[in-house]
Amino acid sequence: MNELEKATSPVLEVQDLQIAFSMYRRGLRKTNLRVISSLSLSVRQGEILAVVGSSGSGKSLLAHAILGILPPNASTAGSIRYNGEELTPALQRKYRGTEIALIPQSVDYLDPLMRVGAQVMGTRGSREQQRAAFDRYGLERRAARLFPFQLSGGMARRVLVSTAVLSPPKLIVADEPTPGLGIEMAMETLRHFREIADTGAGVLLITHDIDLALGIADRIAVFYAGTTVEIAPAADFKTGAEALRHPYSRAFIDALPQNAFRPIPGTQPYAGALPSGCLFADRCPLRSDACGGEIELRAVRGGEVRCVHAS
Amino acid sequence: MTKAGGAKKILGIFGRMLLLLVLVSVLSFVLITKAPIDPLTAYVGTESTLSQEAKDEIAEKWGLNESLPVRYFTWVKNMLHGDFGMSITYKKPVIDVIHERLAYSAVLMALAWVFSGILGYALGILSGMRRGKLFDKVVKTFCLVLQSAPSFWLGLLILSVFAVQLGWFPIGMAMPPGKLAAEVTLSDRLHHLILPVFTLTIVSIGKITLYTRQKLIEIASSDYILFARARGENTRQLISRHMLRNTALPAVTTQFLSFSELFGGMALAETVFSYPGIGTATTAAALNGDVPLLLGITLISALFVFSGNLIANILYGVVDPRLREGGGYV
Ligand SMILES: Nc1ncnc2c1ncn2[C@@H]1O[C@H](COP(=O)(O)OP(=O)(O)OP(=O)(O)O)[C@@H](O)[C@H]1O
Ligand code: SF4
Ligand SMILES: [Mg+2]
Repeated sequence: MNELEKATSPVLEVQDLQIAFSMYRRGLRKTNLRVISSLSLSVRQGEILAVVGSSGSGKSLLAHAILGILPPNASTAGSIRYNGEELTPALQRKYRGTEIALIPQSVDYLDPLMRVGAQVMGTRGSREQQRAAFDRYGLERRAARLFPFQLSGGMARRVLVSTAVLSPPKLIVADEPTPGLGIEMAMETLRHFREIADTGAGVLLITHDIDLALGIADRIAVFYAGTTVEIAPAADFKTGAEALRHPYSRAFIDALPQNAFRPIPGTQPYAGALPSGCLFADRCPLRSDACGGEIELRAVRGGEVRCVHAS
Repeated sequence: MTKAGGAKKILGIFGRMLLLLVLVSVLSFVLITKAPIDPLTAYVGTESTLSQEAKDEIAEKWGLNESLPVRYFTWVKNMLHGDFGMSITYKKPVIDVIHERLAYSAVLMALAWVFSGILGYALGILSGMRRGKLFDKVVKTFCLVLQSAPSFWLGLLILSVFAVQLGWFPIGMAMPPGKLAAEVTLSDRLHHLILPVFTLTIVSIGKITLYTRQKLIEIASSDYILFARARGENTRQLISRHMLRNTALPAVTTQFLSFSELFGGMALAETVFSYPGIGTATTAAALNGDVPLLLGITLISALFVFSGNLIANILYGVVDPRLREGGGYV
């Protein structure tokens, strides 16, 4: 492997990931509810890939699938590769907590009856590492003695981030790490991610805050109803809607307050009632007959897009 | 919550308990005095040759002719001075009977409570961990059957198998009959205790096992267990670091809350094994229309159940850090 390949070879590759839940609906009828139909993305070494998408588009489930902590009634199809290796349950067990770190979405992911210092240390960290992480994120020493319910929102977030950075991981999966942090601390957290990425790690940054993502991410993936609709360099998102490829990503950018602030009408389809063909069709201004078939993610202008009309 | 807040909370709980105790005493007093038992007849016997004057004199002395509220307050006043009246059955002060008998029952209940608590908790954890597997199904069925089986029937079953058929244990009593109290050894006593304790343990184990199992299953799918797994903890670490911690307090609390079932089970187990505790005394008192003793036992049992509730409340309100340390940090 030469230097160039090494610099760009993917740490994480997700291909056509599907996730379904078997559920009992209306009495005893067992149904398979497919909530993620086709997610594909990759995170290269040294790269921060931001994932954006509205609530329920499957961001957290992707994170949980990578770590192997989906509920028992979930089934998956497709592939998740880590450094070129298929991420089997055995490999997930081997890497999580050492090479692959999850920063979960809320304080509910902390044991309510355990002091946060001990939780940050976990089973593999040391008191020194925990202190260093706390210092870095401006948490006082005595905060280690607190229970999760005693933390403010911002402190909880910093504690959660601390759990991931005791010893720098090779892949960080951060599920909305910044809300409640305040702009300074949010920037500091992202700068730290950048630093870790610069050592050759990959960062998958799930976020609602596209502004923050634009400032730090290399590429951005847009999720819609359990599919990846577009992956593009962050620069394209900065340029604006016209640089993007998918009608939904354009609408997403247009809906931001600093842009036209024009939300598109309609809502994301419910997992139990997905239309065939393009999932965005009922809200799309460019819809045509060609949109009714299976639509693949394809390369367009240095990005990837799932739309028949993109060029 | 501050320290003062905590003290206030405990005082509040105490106040509620006291109120309940007063209510129970009034209720049981009214119920028992309205019951078709004539304390005088119960005392002197139906075939008494006592003259009517003598009977009237006794009634006068006991205050039987007074109005109900007056009698209630006299009773309460005497009790507060430690005078619970005389037991008709045992011809001794009620307080002495209770004192003597409670020692036997307390040993029985304490042992069964501890054993059922420890065993039930362990069984609950193990079967919760193996949810849906054979072990879990067996434990669950066992507990459900135990919970629906009447405890005297279980006691009789245990008695007939281990004492009658196998002959391993004595059929009843707390010590070998015919032996002088001074000659009774500790091992004699233990030997007589085993079957009643075993029965009461079995009777009490279902609830705590099922509760612990349920709690564990609930916790196993919680976000913090997911995250602990995502950080590389294995099953053993998940149990020792998080699951025990999060199930222990609710389990201990439940165990304190089941003091009423424990007391009921004790009464039946004692009757089956003719064990000379509070339970057999209750039966005797009821059969003999021994009003003072019945009232005394009612109050003692209410006090017992209330203290279980009190401890459970305090445990939840004071030991749980979420309630103990309270308040945000910001
Ligand atoms: N255990 C489950 N059983 C059934 N459906 C589930 C389960 N967990 C998640 N889902 C569904 O999967 C979809 C995606 O959920 P996910 O949590 O990944 O959304 P998200 O993109 O993270 O949203 P948010 O921005 O609100 O965090 C949602 O529609 C949700 O209802
Ligand atoms: S495939 Fe058709 S409906 Fe879907 S986004 Fe593209 S143009 Fe719109
Ligand atoms: Mg989420």
